Amino acid sequence: MSPWVLRGLREGVVTTRWPNRPDNYASSWRGPAAAPGQVPVSDELTAICPAGAISAGPDQTVRIDQGKCVLCGRCVTARPEVFGWSAGAEVAALTRAGLVVPAAEETDAGLAQVRAALAARTAALRRSVHVRHVDAGSDGSEEQEIAALLNPVYDLHRLGIFFTASPRHADVLLVSGTGTTGMAEPLRETYAGMPDPKVVIAVGTDAVSGGLLAGPPVTYGGIGDLLPVDIWVPGSPPPPFSILHALLIATGRLR
Amino acid sequence: MTGQATTEAVSAIWDLAAEEVERGSRFAGLMATGQAGGVLLSLHLARPGGIATHDALVPAGTTTYPALTPRLSAACWYEREISDLFGLRPAGHPRLESLLLPHAMPPHVLGPGLFTIPHGPVRSGVMESIEYLLETPGEEIPHLSVRLYYKHRGIEGRMRQRTPVDGVLLAERTEGVASVAHALAFCHAVERIAGCEVPRAAALIRVLHAELERLISHLDIAVRLADSAGLAVATARFGSHKEHLARLVSRMCGSRFGRGVVVPGGVSQMPAVAGADFLAEIGRLERAITSDARLLMGTASFLDRLRGTGPLRPHRAREHGALGPIGKASGFADDARRNRPYDAYQRLDIGQAREHRDGDALARLNVRWDELRQAFDLIRQAAHGLVAVGDGPLALPCGPAEGRAAGWAEAPQGEVIYDVAIDDGLISRCHSRSASFHNLPLFAEVFAGDILTDFPFIEASFGLSVAGAAR
Repeated sequence: MSPWVLRGLREGVVTTRWPNRPDNYASSWRGPAAAPGQVPVSDELTAICPAGAISAGPDQTVRIDQGKCVLCGRCVTARPEVFGWSAGAEVAALTRAGLVVPAAEETDAGLAQVRAALAARTAALRRSVHVRHVDAGSDGSEEQEIAALLNPVYDLHRLGIFFTASPRHADVLLVSGTGTTGMAEPLRETYAGMPDPKVVIAVGTDAVSGGLLAGPPVTYGGIGDLLPVDIWVPGSPPPPFSILHALLIATGRLR
Repeated sequence: MTGQATTEAVSAIWDLAAEEVERGSRFAGLMATGQAGGVLLSLHLARPGGIATHDALVPAGTTTYPALTPRLSAACWYEREISDLFGLRPAGHPRLESLLLPHAMPPHVLGPGLFTIPHGPVRSGVMESIEYLLETPGEEIPHLSVRLYYKHRGIEGRMRQRTPVDGVLLAERTEGVASVAHALAFCHAVERIAGCEVPRAAALIRVLHAELERLISHLDIAVRLADSAGLAVATARFGSHKEHLARLVSRMCGSRFGRGVVVPGGVSQMPAVAGADFLAEIGRLERAITSDARLLMGTASFLDRLRGTGPLRPHRAREHGALGPIGKASGFADDARRNRPYDAYQRLDIGQAREHRDGDALARLNVRWDELRQAFDLIRQAAHGLVAVGDGPLALPCGPAEGRAAGWAEAPQGEVIYDVAIDDGLISRCHSRSASFHNLPLFAEVFAGDILTDFPFIEASFGLSVAGAAR
């Protein structure tokens, strides 16, 4: 027998059981910044964030747009009584507004509607899903985290999810990067080449909002400017568990 | 900066560059900055002990200057980039196509019986976007063009008018797989401007994170090479080692890429995992990785694919000033950690480097195994040093100061250079030069005799980041 096979067997199972069993690394992940209390907003507070993620909600209390958060932690260090980290890797949202925390109460009904629409659209995908990834101007770290899903710790294949080379075979489009002018057309062509039903996932803060790079002349403010996005994954970059969480939402296996 | 610079000064600094390179300096980059009165060309030359910068002004209203490329071929891509971004035409440039702006298909095809395979920008697998135009008669690849512009993000423009503290965040996002090295090079420039010294503990923590980044990056290349050769178990095992290292880094600082650690003047935090726990984990990983590497380097079907594949001749490596493992594999080693040491590298023992001269994909992998061994050793030294240093400040105030300076750091891909100027507490110019940008032109010329199925091996063995090259 090949020495490689023996070596692989000797190691035993290293694969996570998530989502069927809780995973310690996923639940202890330090997610984007959050503002747990109802603190009145001030210029001093909004000026802390280099990415412009801190703003005022309709009631003039602090809101954090996790889709803009680059996880630098400056707000948590400067004002720990106002800001904190969100816990856990399950950070994906079905709407762009859903990434603004604390969430407004009235969006619940709207969210249920979005969820039902996505579930109806993806009902046929459930147990066998093919994913196409496109880099639309990332810093290269999102690709590392997406590719990590194939290592034996996450083992994407156990969930019936596979990467495919051809957009013609793809159900899910994973897009990373802020959306550069150069990638706008190749991205649209890839999307157009996919059969219906299709799901688009924006992976990472850059893809969600453009992050620190948002805006003309060279880049768009996230890929939402180019494609209809179904699932938004914040993080700079998001860890593999966050991307996996989004893929399972896309296939209707998690809510 | 030069005061009385004119176009004549351009040819004067070219003379100087040619002379210096003749005497053993390495051409380290050519950058341009728009300013009142014209475009300032900044030439960087690396030599033991530091990086020298020479400026020349191309006055406003002038649209052309004598090209450097005919005298120093390594300047080719730099001048193409300047032509794209500033509309300055380098007169006498042998191959002036756009690099960061879209250009028309198809470029020239070399001869009869050849056709072009456009490979990218959306490629199979999880890859960064870049387009290779492979000109081939069917199997061999006599000529290859690289089209880089798809991912150009204009990062340097975003740096302007930000504070140095915010600038680090953008530096980390210039080349994600070398986040720590970019943050270091940027901060070294800022610290040189302010004349501030990094505390001893911070210098050690910086080395710790820089070497962990090197481990992760080199393991990624092992994963890609094993995957290209269809070795499923080897791919899985190196992938799982890489994952464990990424988790270790995230437990230390909250980010799997070491982001947020390096700040101007020091580091932001003590590693959350340190001491005996950390050393035990590092020891376990080193044993597992070394043992798997030994098995991989004894797998004949793997070595067959790498031996003689994508050779870079030593004279070309020297002429171009090839950086990082690519230069080292072809007998040209200019490691910033040895020749221009910074942070704790000045005090730590990097160890002896074996010389490699074959320049093929196998030699590049062997260089990375050597660097992996050194990295483990440096990590252990830094961790022990950190225990000995004890409590103290982790960052000293840095600034406010004005001025301009270069900073450098040895990324896993080779040396990263930043050229930063600060006015009034804000960044007024910031150029970065990643090793990927400098090494990518070499990728196009190593295909002598190699065929299409060798492509993934050569690409993986170069290990370049598109994000860092296109910025």
